[in-house]
Amino acid sequence: MTTTQPTIDDLVADLEARFDDVDLGHVRAWKDGAPHRLAIGCLPVFAPREVIWAAGALPVFVRGAGDRIETIRGDAYYQSYICHLPRSTLELGLLGHLDGLDGMVFPNTCDVIRNLSGMWQTSFPQHLVRFLDPPQTAEPASAAAYLHHELSTLFRDLCAHNGVEPEAARLHLAIADYAAANAVMRELAAARQREPWNLPVDEVYLLKRAADSMPPGDWADLARRYLAAAAARGRKPEDRIRVCLVGSFCEQPPRALLRAAEKAGCYIIDDDLTLGVEPNGPDPLLGDDGDPMAAIVAAWLRTTRPSAVRYDEHGTAGRILAERVAAVGADGVVFAAPSFCDPALLDQPRLTRVLDQRNIPYTSFKYAENTGQFQAIREQAGTFADSVKLWGTA
Amino acid sequence: MIKKEPSMDAQKDLLAGYFARLSRAKDEGRPVVYTFVPGNLAELMAAFDVAPVYPEVNALQSAMRQRSSGFIREAERGGHSEDVCSYVKCDLGMLAKGNVGPTGDTIPPPDLLLLSFTGCFTFMKWFELLREQYDCEVAMLHVPYVGDGVVTDAMRAYVVEQLQREVIPKLEKVTGKRLDLDKLRAQLARSRQAEEDLAWVFKSARQRPSPIDAYFGGVYYIGPIFTSFRGSEDACRYYAMLRGEVEERLAAGLGPITPEGSLGEEKFRLVVEGPPNWTSFRDFWKIFYDEGAVCVASTYTQVGGTYERGFRHDPANPLESLADYCLSCYTNLPLPKRSRVLAEMVKEYAADGFVIHSVKSCNSFSAGQLHMLREVEKLTGVPGGFIESDLVDARYYGQANIKNRIESYLQMLHARRTGASVPTPPRAERVHLEVVP
Ligand code: SF4
Ligand code: SF4
Repeated sequence: MTTTQPTIDDLVADLEARFDDVDLGHVRAWKDGAPHRLAIGCLPVFAPREVIWAAGALPVFVRGAGDRIETIRGDAYYQSYICHLPRSTLELGLLGHLDGLDGMVFPNTCDVIRNLSGMWQTSFPQHLVRFLDPPQTAEPASAAAYLHHELSTLFRDLCAHNGVEPEAARLHLAIADYAAANAVMRELAAARQREPWNLPVDEVYLLKRAADSMPPGDWADLARRYLAAAAARGRKPEDRIRVCLVGSFCEQPPRALLRAAEKAGCYIIDDDLTLGVEPNGPDPLLGDDGDPMAAIVAAWLRTTRPSAVRYDEHGTAGRILAERVAAVGADGVVFAAPSFCDPALLDQPRLTRVLDQRNIPYTSFKYAENTGQFQAIREQAGTFADSVKLWGTA
Repeated sequence: MIKKEPSMDAQKDLLAGYFARLSRAKDEGRPVVYTFVPGNLAELMAAFDVAPVYPEVNALQSAMRQRSSGFIREAERGGHSEDVCSYVKCDLGMLAKGNVGPTGDTIPPPDLLLLSFTGCFTFMKWFELLREQYDCEVAMLHVPYVGDGVVTDAMRAYVVEQLQREVIPKLEKVTGKRLDLDKLRAQLARSRQAEEDLAWVFKSARQRPSPIDAYFGGVYYIGPIFTSFRGSEDACRYYAMLRGEVEERLAAGLGPITPEGSLGEEKFRLVVEGPPNWTSFRDFWKIFYDEGAVCVASTYTQVGGTYERGFRHDPANPLESLADYCLSCYTNLPLPKRSRVLAEMVKEYAADGFVIHSVKSCNSFSAGQLHMLREVEKLTGVPGGFIESDLVDARYYGQANIKNRIESYLQMLHARRTGASVPTPPRAERVHLEVVP
């Protein structure tokens, strides 16, 4: 029997179907495939995927509902000056779309997600709810000890919930599974920087979003198939500028907005849309003590990719962004942040000051996940692209 | 002319003295430490004899003197979004305009930025912005959020270790002194004494009529203990004096003092959640006292310590006690617990109702307050009121709108009491905060 390589259209159609499946049918199907399987929702931005996976649970990133459902009940829980993500996340829960999940992990991304964890405790008592506050201190020994304790507790609780033993071997396997997926994620990033004309932003985005809720091995297979099919496309480069997209790490912009920005004359070759499923530093490396949890903790603390939700200990986030722009060969930066997002918006002036010093052009706009108006953003992105092409500056 | 009580002058003098001393700190060779109010390490800083600066205090004091709008505009001109916390912008705007504090004295630059804070993620971003401006020592104390409702031994140990390995060594470095543990214990003992008196004052509101307004008056009461005076002789004297005055008012059956004199009849007893508006503080207060509404308890007066709910510093366990203090401040509690605190206060203080004042700036307080409204209603069977404005951004304070909402809410409470029928005021299902022109 021969297996045929799926066409890119088939792959993209599959990715679209996964993305549109707000009921998480594929997650339910995975759970039904064998005993002792759980699914644990993870709010942006960072979740301990290896720990959850090691407990026999599939980590499922919940990044709001975007424009896939209409938010009605969720709106009644939030004032107008709070971002959109918590409303649509609640809506998903209240309408039963998240019934396939057995629990939720809320990382300390901001005060909105922090408070949402409390709302979840009262609104969805059937869920195992855990709040995780990853260390933000500059003091490494106490940070490592604390995080080790928190992750070990989470591991034990999840294992108990799933009826499995919290053995170290499970953590070893999980580390290996995600290291393999991370390797493909790095290939994807490189391919996109090399040939963005063959890997349009919308497809790359759908592929990365698929990683939100797939077992790491299955996702790596899918991503390899996509990479092969995309490379075979043989499209020609167009006269567009290359940009990094910054600030969209939590509430997601609508896909149409990403397409509009690209069509207006930009290749988005780098973004922070799906932090949490992308390696943000080296993979966990087993130390001499052979403790896999210590390896996960060390990797977490060694993160090399700054983000607005991690303490910028050395005040170097701007410099690292500028270096990233250079490393990926970008012409400029597009700051796209959700309205009312304190972490993203408070970071911008600090970052733009460094970009100004280094003459790196940038533009910025705000969005909401369910916005339907893209004309202004299309025009802004188009003007930005034109001015960079003409003058090398915005 | 309102008859002032001695504690009012004492409080004013403390504050004025603080800013004056601060302006002399460099000349007197006292290192300056910038830090934040909730979960602050006042006793530890005092043990090192440094001069603390609290950016939020500057922001609210600037707002009360009508200077915050200019500072906010300045920060927005510098690239800050109108969407973000106005405390941050007020502080950055003040800095951009020469760092002249609310009393007209220049605030000296820091020798140490001490990011010790509780219950708000935005503090970290604020701090990152501040550190960009100064070339000085930096110490970070991460206080974990008590998300699952319980302060664990691991959390306490984590905070204590950071104090030992990060905060104390940095304080020793900038001051050139070793930590004197006995001095710290003495500070903590005095804190405990003042906390005892303050807790008594707040609990006095359980009586009818309440001798205090625990929200509008309460924000004056907490000033010294939430900031650099905790642990000082001055604070002990102030709180003893305050307690004495409140005891007298209680014995005389008097209500709280308002800017227009003693309140007459106590018509409504309310519990308030959320910080006040500072730009129109007096007008905001007037809406309540004009209707005979007394705030008998508030959550805002617990952001710098939950004293009336039992927390006390413990000189026998200095570092653990500081850790417990940081971990247990009100905004570090999860929403279900915050709802329970509100509900308990409604019952303990025999309140007729509760009002949530939601501020645009503050996600820490505001995100989830509509959920809390429903939860507290469920827990108490008492309907809540919901109003909105901002802390220090005058563009978001609408007197007429807030007055309307409070008046209709009180009418509803009155009707509940008398059994009369009054149309239910509009519920805050989907509230739009309008910018006041
Ligand atoms: S969009 Fe920003 S403010 Fe909203 S939940 Fe996400 S990080 Fe928090
Ligand atoms: S978000 Fe709230 S608690 Fe945090 S700094 Fe702003 S006003 Fe203060």
